[in-house]
Amino acid sequence: MQLLIDILSWITILTGSFFVITGGIGILRLPDFFTRLHAVSMPDTLGIGLIILGLVLQAGFTQTSAKLIMIFLFMIFTGPAATHALAKTALHGKLKPKAMYKQDEESST
Amino acid sequence: MRHSISLFVFSFAVWLLLSGYFESLLLVLGLASCAFVVWIARRQDVVDHEGHPMHLRPMRWILYLIWLIGEIVKSNIDVAKRVWSPKLPISPTLVKVPADSDELRQVIYANSITLTPGTVSIDLTDATITVHALTREGALALETGEMARRVHGVGRAE
Repeated sequence: MQLLIDILSWITILTGSFFVITGGIGILRLPDFFTRLHAVSMPDTLGIGLIILGLVLQAGFTQTSAKLIMIFLFMIFTGPAATHALAKTALHGKLKPKAMYKQDEESST
Repeated sequence: MRHSISLFVFSFAVWLLLSGYFESLLLVLGLASCAFVVWIARRQDVVDHEGHPMHLRPMRWILYLIWLIGEIVKSNIDVAKRVWSPKLPISPTLVKVPADSDELRQVIYANSITLTPGTVSIDLTDATITVHALTREGALALETGEMARRVHGVGRAE
């Protein structure tokens, strides 16, 4: 049983780490500020979620697990607010996203 | 008053969870600090339906969270594939989607959009949310309005 839990938590922690690294690669590869924001939201959600799931599996049904889950909840609530603040500031600072308005595209064709 | 009591119970539950103390002196100190927090919050006039939302439907809320986690997993895998793909197959698109009339639901909707990788809400006005999508498909999926419909079920209007 302990072996099964160890294997499961290894899998989740490693998969989570993979998504964190993917986020880093994404920041390097994607072309402009707004597309890079998309890369950042990967470690923010599935990356930290899977790592915390793995740690909860290790900690079992204890107070530590409750605290870990609270960390996850706080990340879930604050992450999008921070991302939105960055994006809105960039937009109002006259940084143009390299993207088409979908509505414009349709009316021109 | 209803909100104050709920805030007190909620903050004491968090205090117990974080401290793990069950000795009587410390429990009294914990209760006192929770009461102090509620008093400060009332003085700041933030204990209302916005600062401490109580009108969400719990079952709908849990179902929505489960659905949202599923969506987050799916779009994470999609964005990760695109980042690792040598050709970098992205097509950044801006799209405007209608926002809900209720402020709390607007926030839940905009946050859910941002939480899902591949779509970020970059501007919010009274009527519309401007969304930056990493791909055209992401923008089209958002335009179908499935997420908006689900958010609408979560909180009833005042």
